[in-house]
Amino acid sequence: MNLLVVSPILIPLTAAALGLMLWRWRRLQRLAGGIGAVAGFAAAVVLVATVWRERILVTELANWPAPYGIVLVADLLSSLLVLVSAGMGLLVTVYSFASTDKRREAFGYYPLFQVLIMGINGAFLTGDLFNLYVWFEVMLMASFVLLALGGERPQLEGAIKYVTLNLIASAIFLAAVGLTYGVAGTLNLADLGDKLAETDNPGLVTTLGVLYLIAFGVKAAVFPLFFWLPSSYHTPPVAVSAIFAALLTKVGVYSMVRVFTVLFLHEPEYTYHTLILTIGVLSMITGVLGAAVQSEFRRILAFHSISQIGYMVMGLGLFTPLALAGAIIYIVHHSVVKANLFLISGLVHRRQGSHELKKIGGVYLACPALGLLFLVTAMSLAGIPPFSGFFAKLALVQAGLEAEAYIAVAAALAVGLMTLYSMTKIWTQVFWEPAPEGVTDGAAFPDDPSAGPWGMVIPVAILAAMAVALGLGAEFMFRYAMAAAEQLLAPAEYIGAVLGRPS
Amino acid sequence: MLLVILVIFAVAPAAPWIHRAAPRLSGWLLAVVPAGATVYLLAQIPEVAAGNAVTAAYPWAPGMGLTLSFYLDGLSLLFGLLITGIGALVVAYTGAYLKDHPRAGWFQAYILLFMGSMLGVVLSGNLLSLFVFWELTSLTSYLLIGFDHERAAARESAWQALLVTAAGGLALLAGLVLMGVVAGTYDLETLLASEDVFREHGLYVPILLLVLIGAFTKSAQWPFHFWLPNAMEAPTPASAYLHSSTMVKAGIYLLARFNPMLGGTDLWFWLLTGFGAATMALGACMALPQNYLKRLLAYTTISALGALTMLIGMGTELALKTAMVFLLVHALYKGALFLVAGSIDHETGEKDITRLGGLRAHLPITFAAAALAALSMAGIPPFFGFMGKELMYEAVTGDVAEGAILGGLALLTNILMVTVAGLLVLRPFLGARQSTPKELHEAPVAMWLGPALLGGLGLFIGLFPGFTAANLIAPAASALLAAPVEVELVLWHGVNLPLLLSVLTLAGGAAIYWLRDGLGRLTAPLAPLTNLGPERGYELTLAGVLGFSAWQTRTLQNGYLRRYMLITVLTTIILAGGTFVTRFAGLDSIVLSEVRFYEGVLAALILLSAVFAVWTSSRLAAVAAIGVVGYAMAIIFLIYGAPDLAMTQFVIETLTVILFVLVFYHLSRFAVYAGRATQFRDAVVAITIGVLMTVFAFVATQIQFHDSIHEFFAERSLPDAHGRNFVNVILVDFRSLDTLAEIAVLAVAGLGAYSLLRLRPKRKKGS
Repeated sequence: MNLLVVSPILIPLTAAALGLMLWRWRRLQRLAGGIGAVAGFAAAVVLVATVWRERILVTELANWPAPYGIVLVADLLSSLLVLVSAGMGLLVTVYSFASTDKRREAFGYYPLFQVLIMGINGAFLTGDLFNLYVWFEVMLMASFVLLALGGERPQLEGAIKYVTLNLIASAIFLAAVGLTYGVAGTLNLADLGDKLAETDNPGLVTTLGVLYLIAFGVKAAVFPLFFWLPSSYHTPPVAVSAIFAALLTKVGVYSMVRVFTVLFLHEPEYTYHTLILTIGVLSMITGVLGAAVQSEFRRILAFHSISQIGYMVMGLGLFTPLALAGAIIYIVHHSVVKANLFLISGLVHRRQGSHELKKIGGVYLACPALGLLFLVTAMSLAGIPPFSGFFAKLALVQAGLEAEAYIAVAAALAVGLMTLYSMTKIWTQVFWEPAPEGVTDGAAFPDDPSAGPWGMVIPVAILAAMAVALGLGAEFMFRYAMAAAEQLLAPAEYIGAVLGRPS
Repeated sequence: MLLVILVIFAVAPAAPWIHRAAPRLSGWLLAVVPAGATVYLLAQIPEVAAGNAVTAAYPWAPGMGLTLSFYLDGLSLLFGLLITGIGALVVAYTGAYLKDHPRAGWFQAYILLFMGSMLGVVLSGNLLSLFVFWELTSLTSYLLIGFDHERAAARESAWQALLVTAAGGLALLAGLVLMGVVAGTYDLETLLASEDVFREHGLYVPILLLVLIGAFTKSAQWPFHFWLPNAMEAPTPASAYLHSSTMVKAGIYLLARFNPMLGGTDLWFWLLTGFGAATMALGACMALPQNYLKRLLAYTTISALGALTMLIGMGTELALKTAMVFLLVHALYKGALFLVAGSIDHETGEKDITRLGGLRAHLPITFAAAALAALSMAGIPPFFGFMGKELMYEAVTGDVAEGAILGGLALLTNILMVTVAGLLVLRPFLGARQSTPKELHEAPVAMWLGPALLGGLGLFIGLFPGFTAANLIAPAASALLAAPVEVELVLWHGVNLPLLLSVLTLAGGAAIYWLRDGLGRLTAPLAPLTNLGPERGYELTLAGVLGFSAWQTRTLQNGYLRRYMLITVLTTIILAGGTFVTRFAGLDSIVLSEVRFYEGVLAALILLSAVFAVWTSSRLAAVAAIGVVGYAMAIIFLIYGAPDLAMTQFVIETLTVILFVLVFYHLSRFAVYAGRATQFRDAVVAITIGVLMTVFAFVATQIQFHDSIHEFFAERSLPDAHGRNFVNVILVDFRSLDTLAEIAVLAVAGLGAYSLLRLRPKRKKGS
């Protein structure tokens, strides 16, 4: 057993267990959460560095050989996403230290947070279909409790919608797993890849694929399965929204990418170019249009997530190395940027006490630094160069035009414009427009010209810097993403590594 | 060259600090940077004039074709000098213009960021890096127009300008990437060397249209022109710099730059001359009734941009040379006049020409500078503007078949330019002194130096055109033509058609100047027509999109969980069912095991209980019915030899029913809200998904691609894992990770239930 591959699961598990044992001591719970986040991040960095050298790491749990036991597989994509999850986990934990109220902390906020990270990492790393389902459950339960923690009315309303719709997805997922086991007699992804490839009934396999597409589509919040997301993201404390926005939907996208590069390659014209591409385009459009009519900071951001997931799905739908690389860059970029926008909304809320655009204003004059952080992040989301979003979009546009998918590219560009519209709407109303009557900026903190407490500002600044760095250092990100995409498109390497055959 | 741009970008963030440290001197200090850049570019003249392009390249994202490469030829040099030269004057000017403004340093920072970006556009040797800088100019322009963001008009105008230019920018991106896809490279030098890849290609038309949308929005061509007059909300130095002499010319630069690659076709000719000439004439006509100095200037800028587009579209050698001459002419006089307009506003507090008069005595130097610029604008010899106008008449009437129409439009435009030039100078400076909001005195040095220098250059080049023609215009024109050309500028062409037209222009301009007020009264009833213009189209489009969005969101995200569930299930039915129906190859043979009697009974029991659970209006009965379903399932497990599963199922079912009964007490009365139709619809959907899943399950029992791996578990359970019950061994050994994770799920669920019960929001007092 390779401890390095297990550590992204083991570290948060330990931290969560420690936190629960230290239930009575809120500060020690914080400490356990903090140590877990730091250790998890360090492990993820080592994991990525190792995988970059060795391309793929496989570990058989309980030493049962594949396909009988459960394997964890860290290839370029999954280890990158583990790094994203650990990094975002660390930064949002720091933000939480400064922003989460004591009551929530006392009721297990940090252990829950670590369980969530564990579930997400498990989903990224597992090489087993049923085990993936189990990690989805872990994620779902942890996120549900985090969402509802605090018990405010909107929270509960959002949480119920969230959990109901996700349970439908889980039921579909579980049914699909059962059917898959029924026809192929195995659950190991690599083994399934082998066995499904030999089928003489591709239509049946494609139908199974569509079931997964729907189950993961709900998780990823694509059109027309996204309802849980705009119902819930704006209800919990901002730190929770931020980690959700950074990671939850990505697990759905990742799972889609995984099964559609290893298992369901039978009818590419139908699955990728008809179904997935269309879903991607429609998600982009409905999400961005949904955002255009919102007037609440976090709701705008939530709707935009749907739209941006659409870009990632479009990358999968185009199914070329460049397109997949674009999707991967987009995943990383969107995690960083969208989480940061949520965190910034928290800083604005702290100053002015509202998320309603109409009730806030004048932040730019009161605190130019915060304005700058928002502007960089928001322009990155809108795909303005030289920030990260531009390169994600560029790769997809290039791939789309090369593949002659003109409608998809036109949609992607038009959606980019509407994203710019929404981001500048926030900018105009929150930062430029003078605060409305009765709201004086910083009324809550009249002597505080700074953007907020350091614990909240530093994660925001780091993420904004990331948005710039991913743009200026685009080549670095691009080379990694391209290597990951090529690895995905040659699943023989993955299958061979898991089943112990030289590829 | 990278260094030049980097220095500008690096100094920009320091501008607020520099301004804070030396508020009086900061304008001059910061102007050193663009002045240095100007000197650098001037030093490149010998090399470039000799026909050699100066290049440099640095990798940025070469994997995506984005190299930070620079390509300095005659065209880039001409634009680069305008950007840095006028930029230096504007920065110095701003130091005085905004000297009491609390955020003057930020303004300078934005101006410098813009300058670096703009310089990047014209120096880029790579289509993608050009685009990067192009977008940055839009962004910085947004920040500059909205600089006075306390005012709603500034915010709105900035937003409009950004959206229009960014829309064009996205079209441009698509066009540039298509060019890259067609040619296999984004490198400008390579593309210029292989000229005919695009014109012959099937994608030529889309490429051209996309690039033109980008250029036309940026350079305010009709019907995208409306953002430019609104952008006059920007502080005047920004207007002078961005919206007359530099940014709006980025589109012109793009057209000129791409002329060797995309130009020369009929489509190019018709689109460019058509839109260009229309913009030229409309801009001039729309300028005439304006009374605000800056709006007057803005419309004449639109007109000039149209003229440039038209000239580039014509594509003859003379037209292209003329375009470069006119570009320089316009930048000089328009920059000067904008700065003068700023000075007038700054010194008098008044923007409306009808309320200004007799300023000459109080602002003599400003008046002189304005007069120089206006004379060039009106095209009076021996000013540079005269040469530009003569050349334009020669070009439009000479080589092309449409000369009569274009010549007519050019004549009209130039007549109006003479009038406007008069309005700009005669009205405010001559005539009777009118009272103004502010005490009058001459503008400070920093504020008259720029206009005087630019206005003076207009005269100087007119008198001594040789150096400029040989070292700036000729290399630029050579770049447009992709072949070396000579340019000779002379004032006296002899008595010919252009000269006659010039005389006519002056006479007409003077006449309209005197008749303007009468004309204004005459055309006043037409004013409502402007509501039908393209700006209205923009507003309607935006409103339409927002209206559609609102409708869509109301329909999809309506807040009701039942709607969401319905759509989710329907999607499953349509996608999974549709795929199955259309793609499933069918079964070769169906193998059914014999149905035993008690199996039939159990199945019937399950079905009946399920139907009853839905049917009944008693909660207790429904829960009991669901319990029956669960128990029957457990019995099935028993029959198929899984007693431990069955036991688990029994326990769960029992617990569930008990829990349900416990919470009933807290629930509101059971009521049916759905009507008949809704119930029927829901029943159909529910039955369909049930049938679909049943079919899937049935098919899965019929088709098995492979033997299951469960044999392995049965064989190895005892010898290797030391457990007789291999289901247990699977749970605790083979697949122990699943179990571990499920334990975590349970722990979290318990935690969640506990916190839901114990952690309630604090009640507000009185509620």
